Amino acid sequence: MLEALTSPPVAVTLESFTDVAFWTGVGIIAGTYTIFALGLQLNVGFTGIFNFGQAAFMAIGAYAMAILTTETAISFWLSLPLAVLIAIAFGLVVGLPSLRLRTDYLAIATIAAAEAIRLFALNARELTGGGQGTFGFSDDWDSISETIEGWIRDLGWADVPTLFPLLIVVWTVAVLLMYVLSRIQDTPWGRVLRAIREDEDAARALGKNAFSYKLQSLAIAAALGAISGFFLALNLKFVVPDEFLPIVTFIGYAVLILGGLASYWGVAVGSVILWTVLEGLRFLELPLSESRIAALRFILLGLVLIGLMAFRPQGLFGKREEMVLGD
Amino acid sequence: MEAGTLSPSREPSSAERIREAAREHPARTAIAVLAVIVLAMIASKGLHDVAQRGLNGLTTGAIYALGAVGLTLVYGILRLVNFAHGDFLTFGAYMAYLVNVTWGMPLVFAIFWAMATTAVLGIFLERVMWGPMRSRGAGMLQLLLMAIGLALVIRYVIQFVWSTELRQLDVNRTDTVEFLGLVIGRTNLIVVVIGFVTLVATGFMLRYSLLGKRMRALSDNLDLAETSGIDTSRVILWTWVFAAGFAGLAGVMAGAITQLQPELGFELLLPIFAAVVVGGIGNAYGALAGGIMLGLVIEWSTLFIEPRWKTAIGFIVLILVLIIRPQGIFGRARAI
Repeated sequence: MLEALTSPPVAVTLESFTDVAFWTGVGIIAGTYTIFALGLQLNVGFTGIFNFGQAAFMAIGAYAMAILTTETAISFWLSLPLAVLIAIAFGLVVGLPSLRLRTDYLAIATIAAAEAIRLFALNARELTGGGQGTFGFSDDWDSISETIEGWIRDLGWADVPTLFPLLIVVWTVAVLLMYVLSRIQDTPWGRVLRAIREDEDAARALGKNAFSYKLQSLAIAAALGAISGFFLALNLKFVVPDEFLPIVTFIGYAVLILGGLASYWGVAVGSVILWTVLEGLRFLELPLSESRIAALRFILLGLVLIGLMAFRPQGLFGKREEMVLGD
Repeated sequence: MEAGTLSPSREPSSAERIREAAREHPARTAIAVLAVIVLAMIASKGLHDVAQRGLNGLTTGAIYALGAVGLTLVYGILRLVNFAHGDFLTFGAYMAYLVNVTWGMPLVFAIFWAMATTAVLGIFLERVMWGPMRSRGAGMLQLLLMAIGLALVIRYVIQFVWSTELRQLDVNRTDTVEFLGLVIGRTNLIVVVIGFVTLVATGFMLRYSLLGKRMRALSDNLDLAETSGIDTSRVILWTWVFAAGFAGLAGVMAGAITQLQPELGFELLLPIFAAVVVGGIGNAYGALAGGIMLGLVIEWSTLFIEPRWKTAIGFIVLILVLIIRPQGIFGRARAI
């Protein structure tokens, strides 16, 4: 995904604006980041925990799936739930000591934990392939992808992009997750989370074990991060440590704020807007070198974050009465 | 303490007494533990290796400490977790590059120019961003995300102008100085000396000057400082001058002993945060000591593990301190 950000623009002509294969790629990235940021929404928007280590959960999901599939007898399909469980376990390990900390300490602790995971992936070469990464895990998915591609061709679309099936699956999963999460949010469990966000002491005074609820919230975010990691891996067909830099989490926060806090559907809107703008910059015919255009996109990302925080902290579609940033 | 109040008649065991003493005097305990570790290392790896790595550790430690003292003051006074602080270092390094390499002037000028321009950047951002946001009563996460956005803007403007190409300051990279059988690069030696002179001067400034006292007063309790008649907005501006100026200096120092690239400062940010947390957030002396200690621990760790793992040591120290003693070694127990 970062590859997509730093790689040279494919084309800067207007006809590529209608390039289906290109926008399929953008759609997959937007879908992946939607799932990624749903975890942040649960943590930040609905529980009030500042998780800055979401990239680590994505990394663990992607690596666990890739390593289990290639290095053990475990099938690709079984590796998916196992990878989710491993990510949840890591979420608990991180959460148990750090969720007791004040929010600002928690932010630093989680980003440090995420960097520790990335450095581990970079240096534990025997397990992860180091900087070269892991690949060769996607055979089972590829055959399914080809089957779906065949169905679409039968429907009469001859030049369907190779990645189109992944686009369908990532958004199906994303919509499903948004629906489930929105429903959960209306249960008593979801209301306790909001109560903790508003006033943790009050929730505790009512006999709710706030720590346990926060831990559950973080564990679910870890699972969502792991799922987004699967789609990242299937999109790239390899897993490398550079895909899990802290900036991935920061992009997740930009998606979150753009869509608005305390809204799961907003996350999808935020992700689609952000990635359309970031990738759409390629169509501006700027007389600049490729690396400068890449830098320009991150400058834009930074300005979006600053601008939103200064002028619209509840995000484009957030509810003001649920705004949690001004507290 | 608790055991004593519950059963006053019972004599506390020696283990309890040690634990209580450790809690009462965390700084002394940390130094004692460090001393034991150093002796154990000397016994197992020999004095020469330990001293040589320690010397390297002092070099990086001075850079961490200079970065950390500014970050901790800004954090303590403004309650701002400044994720852009690392990119202040990068900014300083590239400002020095501009003077030293592009304009071909001596490094001394470059250092002063880097400190001055980074300080101006700090004041500018306080005036256009942080001040207005504070007066609007912005929340912690709001400021934190703004700082992240600012970090991205600074870093990628630098990348836009200077590209990702590795660049070097015009410093002597080959000469070495030998004493007592230890070897240190000439530039590294200069960096250590400048770093320690600045750190000691900072320590004295904070301890004895009126401005230093005011800064610590603000860091302790901003409202109380304001009601006692301190012109807080002036002190805040001076805090930015010091924080950003030292960040610029640390950036030049890091650039002088390694190479310049746009991620230079961001890669130093988490070790600097670790130094801040070790020293206790908001505690300037703690940050100075924490930086030096972290530099030493990271370099000494390479006696036992492969050097490629040493970056991870900084995070492990950070996480351990947050778990065991989140208020830091020098911090007082407050609500964490």
